[in-house]
Amino acid sequence: MFLRIIQDIALMSSVGVVLAFVMVIAQRWLSNYGELTININSKKDLTVTGGSSLLSSLGEKQIFIPSACGGRGSCGACKCKVNEGGGPLLPTEKPYLSKSEIDGNVRLACQVKVKSDIKIEIPDSIFNIRRFHSEIVEIIDYTYDIKGITFKLLNGETIDFKAGQYVQLETQPYAKVKQSVMRAYSISSKPEINDSIQLIIRLVPEGICTTWVHNHLKQGDKVNFTGPYGDFYLRDTDADILFVAGGSGKAPIKSMLEHLKVVGTQRKMSYFFGARTTKDLYLTEEMQSYEKHFQDFHYIPVLSHPEADDNWEGRTGFVMPYFKEAIRDPKNTEAYLCGSPGMIAGVTKSLVEDYGLSADKIYYDSFG
Amino acid sequence: MDISAFVLFWAAIFTSNILLTNFLGMCSYLSVSREIDSAMGLGLAVIFVLTITSALNWVVYHYLLVPFGIVYLQYIIFIVVIAAFVQFLELLIERYAPALYYSLGIFLPLITVNCAILGVSLFMVIRSYSFIQSVAFGAGSGIGWLLAILMLAGLRRKLKEKLIPIGLRGAGISLIITGIMALGFIGFSGIVQVQ
Repeated sequence: MFLRIIQDIALMSSVGVVLAFVMVIAQRWLSNYGELTININSKKDLTVTGGSSLLSSLGEKQIFIPSACGGRGSCGACKCKVNEGGGPLLPTEKPYLSKSEIDGNVRLACQVKVKSDIKIEIPDSIFNIRRFHSEIVEIIDYTYDIKGITFKLLNGETIDFKAGQYVQLETQPYAKVKQSVMRAYSISSKPEINDSIQLIIRLVPEGICTTWVHNHLKQGDKVNFTGPYGDFYLRDTDADILFVAGGSGKAPIKSMLEHLKVVGTQRKMSYFFGARTTKDLYLTEEMQSYEKHFQDFHYIPVLSHPEADDNWEGRTGFVMPYFKEAIRDPKNTEAYLCGSPGMIAGVTKSLVEDYGLSADKIYYDSFG
Repeated sequence: MDISAFVLFWAAIFTSNILLTNFLGMCSYLSVSREIDSAMGLGLAVIFVLTITSALNWVVYHYLLVPFGIVYLQYIIFIVVIAAFVQFLELLIERYAPALYYSLGIFLPLITVNCAILGVSLFMVIRSYSFIQSVAFGAGSGIGWLLAILMLAGLRRKLKEKLIPIGLRGAGISLIITGIMALGFIGFSGIVQVQ
């Protein structure tokens, strides 16, 4: 009886093994696309092994297209132009692309598989993106839910970025989270420091990366990130500047202000910082010191829900009505916004419709 | 069973159509019948899978399950063979017919759990078909399934402009049509009986 059971199990398993073996052979033979060429911007040719996604094929060659979900097709960040050899547009890409993007050959690099020679177009700034190894050297508690973390680059590497750009942190598996994810955070330190970066990270309840950063990372831990990404950076003009950012959105603004402090500026600047209560305010002294340092800079915190024991005498409610104090010449004002998609949509609408700023001078970084 | 394989082949298409008389393979039948092109693609894939898996499963049944006395494992083994073969087919289509691969989408791997495929393998055992008979029955059933889904896709295209009560739109009206089609197929039953 016992022997019989063993024999049946063995037979059953051997059928599985034989089929698995056949599948492995078939995969080798059918999914082998050989060596293929990825042509970038009609300039550079890369030779890759076909069969995997464009995103990972480029990643192997140290070209990092921004991607927040790590290639699962759920963030829509890895857009790039595929002019030849990308195959038909997939249903998995459609929700992330606008009509004009589809007409302009824009695809999601994580969904396009490299099965033939392929021609793509990517912005030159992407070549500057690299993967960095770093060690945490400092963790500061700015508020009850916001930390500032400084990452020192290892192996003598240096990073070259513009004030306002962001990096993607790679999480490592912890507790019950088995997979590794990538999450974007703006650099809050100035570009003049190129052997380390600081990120400002607010704890999001249930957030995979922020929970990891807040509850599991400590000084001396090794962390990898890629970057720098993004076109949210300070434009070099003489226009007045309006910064609007709350919470951890202060990170890129801090970087811009520190950078301006180094290079010097005559521009008229105002920074509106939206928060709920006084508990959410941070780096206030640093901001006030800028008011003395710069010729014309105002830091204007606005609380939406001040509590009775806050004894808050400053401005309250939404930030929008207070812009009139700061905007002198709407046609000569640039706005830099950083925050939630809702906040950015609301502020942009108000700036254009109520204050007459031109939409192409409003730059923003939206937390997706 | 001493019916000739040729008769069995035609019987599987018309008189004992796997879909219209046994109502097997309904889920993909209902969901992929919106467009004739994808219905055609899936139907061809089903013919291919049915023909090959009935042959494979016949060999597995007579040279593995019966000699070793593990006929009671037939359900699991048949499904494993079908799954492996569909996986293989998926690789093949992805490589050589990418357009078909993308239009079939999720339904290609879902052929694995298409009841018609397992149904044919089990009928072949219950009715003790020979190898040739099994292959003919498999191919015929596949063609019968293709015929049924193509007819429904054609009818559904015409239905698009028709006024149908809201509650019946989609699956409801399709099932009613399928029922009427099944009634129509009873008309073939005088030709040959294989049950």
